[in-house]
Amino acid sequence: MTVKEIFETMDYGPAPESAKEAFAWLAEKGDFGHFINGAWTAPGDLFATVNPATGDTLAQVTQATQADVDAAVKAARKAQSGWAKDGSARARVLYALARLLQKHARLFAVLETLDNGKPIRESRDIDVPLAQRHFYHHAGYAQLMASELPDRAPLGVCGQVIPWNFPLLMLAWKIASALAMGNTVVLKPAEWTPLTALLFADICGQAGVPPGVVNIVTGDGAVGEMIVAAEVDKIAFTGSTAVGRRIRAVTAGTGKALSLELGGKGAYIVFEDADIDSAVEGLVDAIWFNQGQVCCAGSRLLVQEGIADDFHARLRRRMDGLRVGDPLDKCIDVGAMVHPEQLDRVRALVDANTDGDMHQVPVPDGCYYPPTLITGLSPASPLMGQEIFGPVLVSTTFRTPAEAVEIANNTAYGLATSVWSENVNVALDIAPRLVAGIVWVNGTNMMDAAAPFGGVRESGFGREGGWEGLTGYTRPAVAMTSPAAVAAHGGDATGDGIDRTAKLYIGGKQARPDGGYSRAVHGPKGKLLGHASLANRKDLRNAVEAMNGASGWGRTSGHQRAQIIYYIAENLSARADEFANRLQDLTGKDGKAEVAASIDRLFSAAAWADKYDGQTKGVPLRGVALAMKEPVGKIGILCPDAQPLLGLVGLMAPAIAMGNRVVIAASEAFPLAATDFYQVLDTSDLPAGVVNILTGMHADLAEPLARHLDLDAVWGLAGHAQMIEAASAGNLKRTWTGPFDPSADMTRDILGHATEVKTIWVPYGA
Amino acid sequence: MSPTKTEDPHLPRNPGRPLDMDWVMRTQANTSAIERRAATLPGRRSVKKDYQAAWLCKAISLIDLTTLAGDDTDARVRRLCAKARQPVSAALLDTLGMQGLTTGAVCVYHDMVPTAVAALAGSGIPVAAVSTGFPAGLSPFHLRLAEIGESVAAGAQEIDIVISRRHVLSGNWQALYDEMSQMRAACGQAHVKAILATGELGTLRNVAMASLVCMMAGADFIKTSTGKESVNATLPVSLTMIRAIRDYHAATGIHVGYKPAGGISKAKDALVYLSLIKDELGHRWLQPDLFRFGASSLLGDIERQLEHHVSGSYSAGWRHAMS
Repeated sequence: MTVKEIFETMDYGPAPESAKEAFAWLAEKGDFGHFINGAWTAPGDLFATVNPATGDTLAQVTQATQADVDAAVKAARKAQSGWAKDGSARARVLYALARLLQKHARLFAVLETLDNGKPIRESRDIDVPLAQRHFYHHAGYAQLMASELPDRAPLGVCGQVIPWNFPLLMLAWKIASALAMGNTVVLKPAEWTPLTALLFADICGQAGVPPGVVNIVTGDGAVGEMIVAAEVDKIAFTGSTAVGRRIRAVTAGTGKALSLELGGKGAYIVFEDADIDSAVEGLVDAIWFNQGQVCCAGSRLLVQEGIADDFHARLRRRMDGLRVGDPLDKCIDVGAMVHPEQLDRVRALVDANTDGDMHQVPVPDGCYYPPTLITGLSPASPLMGQEIFGPVLVSTTFRTPAEAVEIANNTAYGLATSVWSENVNVALDIAPRLVAGIVWVNGTNMMDAAAPFGGVRESGFGREGGWEGLTGYTRPAVAMTSPAAVAAHGGDATGDGIDRTAKLYIGGKQARPDGGYSRAVHGPKGKLLGHASLANRKDLRNAVEAMNGASGWGRTSGHQRAQIIYYIAENLSARADEFANRLQDLTGKDGKAEVAASIDRLFSAAAWADKYDGQTKGVPLRGVALAMKEPVGKIGILCPDAQPLLGLVGLMAPAIAMGNRVVIAASEAFPLAATDFYQVLDTSDLPAGVVNILTGMHADLAEPLARHLDLDAVWGLAGHAQMIEAASAGNLKRTWTGPFDPSADMTRDILGHATEVKTIWVPYGA
Repeated sequence: MSPTKTEDPHLPRNPGRPLDMDWVMRTQANTSAIERRAATLPGRRSVKKDYQAAWLCKAISLIDLTTLAGDDTDARVRRLCAKARQPVSAALLDTLGMQGLTTGAVCVYHDMVPTAVAALAGSGIPVAAVSTGFPAGLSPFHLRLAEIGESVAAGAQEIDIVISRRHVLSGNWQALYDEMSQMRAACGQAHVKAILATGELGTLRNVAMASLVCMMAGADFIKTSTGKESVNATLPVSLTMIRAIRDYHAATGIHVGYKPAGGISKAKDALVYLSLIKDELGHRWLQPDLFRFGASSLLGDIERQLEHHVSGSYSAGWRHAMS
């Protein structure tokens, strides 16, 4: 076209970013081996990595063998203690990595776009700058670790498996935090997108990363499984919920730390008082960012009924302006899907849908999927629940704020949501009620190294970013051990006095066990002390239902919860002698100290109830990112045998102080301390259903508890760790299997298990 | 190529409509989100090579070449008009195949209107006059209306009026509507551009609401600034105003024009504005009857970029005729 013709059409025309330097780098490197112990291994069994936009092979990379993984883990192990020694030295290396990422920014961006298919605008303006920021930010944590986290130590060697949607950025999230805290890593990039990880390996030498600190092996899911099975101290995984669930199951009982950042189906809620055009524009960044291949994508649009038609019309108009095509073109909004397999997956999901009305934008031939809007769906439509992981937005309507929350939370996932309203009252009321790790008020897909990122429910657990993210890469510097299990005493068939059978405590009432069984409880010399009910899975079910009836507990104020916990302490104190005698009868040990310590634990928890504050994060934005502490929800607790009162109180008190509801399986050996204790709860104004107490055999209760899909966490502190962690994979509930020593005041640490961090982003501007 | 050639002659003027306060009050403008959209726009759109040259020529065709200085003289205005007729050297335009390119209009104070009209005779380039006690708009109302009449009588085809900012700041939308309606009436056949002086309106929501009220009262164009405020045209303000234009079009079918003024001095900025208009309002708005740049130094930068496009060498200011 001539200038004059373009003057009339005002078309954008091609604006290609040059890939010359990236191809030169690939040519120079040739076939890739792995990066192990600071050096490249010889290329082995090769497979191709392909540019999805053209179908051209970019490079050949090596499928790792077991020997490769072993060598990488060995190198990481060897390097770890030296690397952990000096935080300042680590800070310098992380700073150098940040600088090198910056110096080679365009090469990283072009390579990312070639390998992944994402628009160059995104790799250049978002992925690479955020990766740099992550290393800069974490250089600071390395520097500050000694002074600010004196009681934390590195975990050791971390196995890290990352996805193909943000190859470099996910590498940065994983490696920067691990390295900052003195860990060494073995990382596997996704098989479809290994190239920026290999370029990163290349710059590690320039940055002065000591050999063995960063090891990068390539290959498919089989290599991921080798890493998961290797002698590592932690597995950090970002990817699909199905794989995350498998990792949870196979690492069960190994003692490996685990963080999972999995799928999502984020709600994007638009109230009628929102800035509609801005909310429409926000969707471009919510669901058409990175072709919708984003775990925290705003993929479920919920619009208030009165504005729905207008909103959808504006949205369709905006969609028609999206430019889809060559990812290297600087004027492209939506690029290529990462791989034809992913394209087929998305197409199959959408093709199977028959509900609603669909609007699509035309796309070029090739590995492209049209930006798609499907309106008129209901929560029952399959596409409202399935994670599509493509540029497909599904939409439904709501009537009231309460209904918006209800629909938003009607999902197995809980990663990120957006709330659009110009009314600060509405937005800030909704944000805490959404079941999600991240809430963006009047925005979407905001991320920063200082702001914790991660999900709840089946979106996984653990946080990345901020001080909170460091917890996942450290352990207590002083190791603690759980006391050994204690067996129940056997003894006489009959006792003196009036026969007493302790019942279960469910929903604020004493309840007979569903199974109708009980067992005799004896003192150390064989004296029959009474009978304790044997709870079964149905009693557990009833307890969870009672907990659902007490959902208001999480919304009470910390002050109010403290008052109730102090009152429990007061009432226990009033019956201290009776409890001391009971403990003496049960365990044969002097019970006075245990009662006193239990009262002390209640005071500790009450003290913390209104002081375990969240943080305001210094994110690069005019606004605030609030890292709020929220209760985990409903927790199942299996108490240790020894110190039956102190164990129960030491776990229960911090849990309820943070607003959780609990079902507690009391000490199996000495259950009668717990059944006496519910009488104390009864007189302390604790709402019914907040604390439920079961007695019985832990072997019978642990599995149904870990498998219950309506419990959010299980604390298994009486053994059975392997089984509990494996069974918890069903709904990916958080697990804590100790160590827990009742005689130590671990309240402060337990608060971490009792809370989730929710990051609420509130940008503002008059 | 006169700027009127690409106009759709059938596009009706904005007749205005009754003030709809429900509509005005329901308008929202989330400053933070608007700023984010504006901040990322330059990274999302790019035009290169011949396309860039064509877009820059388009930008020239949309410039209201402006002088609004206390020391303006007849000779100075004639020089400006000559530049409007021949904004780029004939040799460059020949190479580009863009012979006959002119700016969109010339914009002057009332006293300079006759000079400009004479200097532009036969070119088809309209003369725009700033009016109504420009830039503060605080002279007696009857004099402001009279000033419009005088400028129209002197041959101005376009009148850039200033609104009373106090009506916006005090929420007196009816007063703003009435003022604008009377000014529109005083313009007669001349097109009226309503200068909102957005740098003095305090919030983007005020900008959005004032935009709507002025359109309801019959403005043919809404314009950001006088160029005399401390903050003039910005991308966030532009996004806010053109979204209001889009709303008005969606509700009434009427096309209202947009003129960012002040602070746009680089060719690159002009390209960003054009892509903003293209993406948010559509291709139809990239014509001089619906879009203008109020600018004085922008043209010089565009000339240098065009020479660079043709020659491959970076240009110098002195190589291009001054206005």
